[in-house]
Amino acid sequence: MTLEDIKNGKGALRADLQVIADLVAPGSRVLDVGCGDGALLAYLDAQKRVDGRGVEISQTGVNSCVAHGLSVIQGDADTDLKDYPSDAFDYVILSQTLQATHNPKRVVSEMVRIGRRAIVSFPNFGFWRVRLNLLFWGRMPVTEALGYTWYETPNIHLCTLKDFVAMCREVGVAIEKGITLAHTGHAGDIHPAGLFTNWLAEQGVYLLKRD
Amino acid sequence: MTSPSGISRGREGPVIDIGNLPGHSVELGRDTPLVLDCGTPLGPFTVAYQTYGELNAEKSNAVLVCHALTGDQFVAEPHPVTSKEGWWEEMVGLGKPLDTERYFIICANVLSGCMGTTGPRSENPETGKPYGLDFPVITIRDMVNAQKLLIDHLGIGKLFCVIGGSMGGMQVLQWAASYPEHVFSAVPIAASGRHSAQNIAFHEIGRQAIMADPNWNGGDYYSRDTYPHSGLAVARMVAHITYLSESALQRKFGRRLQDRSEVAYGFDADFRVESYLRHQGITFVERFDANSYLYITRAMDYFDLTEEHSNVLARAFPETPVRFCVISFTSDWLFPTSESRALVHALNAVAANVSFVEIEADGGHDSFLLDVPELHATLTGFLNGAAEHRGIA
Repeated sequence: MTLEDIKNGKGALRADLQVIADLVAPGSRVLDVGCGDGALLAYLDAQKRVDGRGVEISQTGVNSCVAHGLSVIQGDADTDLKDYPSDAFDYVILSQTLQATHNPKRVVSEMVRIGRRAIVSFPNFGFWRVRLNLLFWGRMPVTEALGYTWYETPNIHLCTLKDFVAMCREVGVAIEKGITLAHTGHAGDIHPAGLFTNWLAEQGVYLLKRD
Repeated sequence: MTSPSGISRGREGPVIDIGNLPGHSVELGRDTPLVLDCGTPLGPFTVAYQTYGELNAEKSNAVLVCHALTGDQFVAEPHPVTSKEGWWEEMVGLGKPLDTERYFIICANVLSGCMGTTGPRSENPETGKPYGLDFPVITIRDMVNAQKLLIDHLGIGKLFCVIGGSMGGMQVLQWAASYPEHVFSAVPIAASGRHSAQNIAFHEIGRQAIMADPNWNGGDYYSRDTYPHSGLAVARMVAHITYLSESALQRKFGRRLQDRSEVAYGFDADFRVESYLRHQGITFVERFDANSYLYITRAMDYFDLTEEHSNVLARAFPETPVRFCVISFTSDWLFPTSESRALVHALNAVAANVSFVEIEADGGHDSFLLDVPELHATLTGFLNGAAEHRGIA
């Protein structure tokens, strides 16, 4: 699927990106941190007429985004968010990137500073398959959402849904909404009292704001 | 052994028939003179410019191309003096990123230039003779203010895009800083918000070479039959090295010899790279005015958007509505990527709409003039995206 397909409404977005896109209000100002190939930005631009910008660490990704008319710069979530003024965006999005940042706490804090809302999606290390991998086979888990062997993974700060919620509390970030993504791609709301959420969700998507 | 000083030929200065250049020219600043940064009022003055394509009915498709230090308005047609192809035919023309079927392209010779716009070679109305060094010192902002008067004259309220490389990129940034409401998108390529110490240093060598040439005569050489060709040629030779990269020079020339199988134990151009540089120097003298070179390099040296805004570059662009596309090249050591990155950080600080691409190219600073496919792809994509938001068909 190409960005052109996404723009024309033909292709389907990755499941977690679709969940994120559904959280974004039309016509808003969006910063997508770690925007990769620009799929989410292209979708938001075409379907929700947002004023979208992207930051991407890979120069190849950036050049491809810009060549598709998206406003993207080369940059690093860990170091470059501090440049932006407070409340510059309606949403600051970080999809499947938190676990690869050096300082997730600071990144999330910066996100809720420069955006009125932040949206974070990440793979849940508490997912039952991940737990079983380690428990029974004694090997570092390699799953669909965590598709790297231990020696080549860029993921240095993996966490469970519960870990993430605890960190948000610690840095004074309020969770407005939590959505789980099951292995099937099925999305469901997170109930704070849900007993098995942290076992069953392969990924989590959180809508955050300053407390 | 041939003459060791291969550039010191008994040539006259450039023969430019100002009255018969292709394109257009307009007299501006007649009613209200343009007050230059140095405080001198200038007016009336002439701006020579060229256009390609058609302005649409909404006047929304105008693109201002800003030329670099030694460029001119002949972007996409044979040069009237050298007959060489236009300096940006790579980028401007039918089916090119700056498609002349879609956009109305304007390029004006900068103030203090020598291709028809008022400069040191023009007649000083007070004396009836060429200005020479009596011409006031010009800044990048003065050049842009003159272009703004031209755009007003053409009845264009908002430029769809202002684009340029090197000094052209400086003008782009000045446009965005001075006239944000009149610029929809801005593309500074291989540029910087301030001219670096190293760049000023290289310019100073060029100027000293010109001024050390006895034929320069304090800038008063227009009525004499001699011309500071050696000085200007050396200035060009030094500058030309800074436009390339070490790897490009090595790849193109290496240590290969020029028309000989062994070194001649003298100071003739043994090496191909020497011969190439001499050729660059000599041909440049045929089309460029030495005093213009002094004035335009000075304008670049004075450019510093940061200092002008209390040493915070971001303050040059408060709440800017302009869509930016900043482009740099990996092998450019004259305007390195770090300068573009500083600009991007400043634009982020005002939450500007900015794209930033560093392109892998080994052509050095001059890469923006070369056939670099990724530059084409970047510009085409950015312009298409901007045109969509501007509602240009």
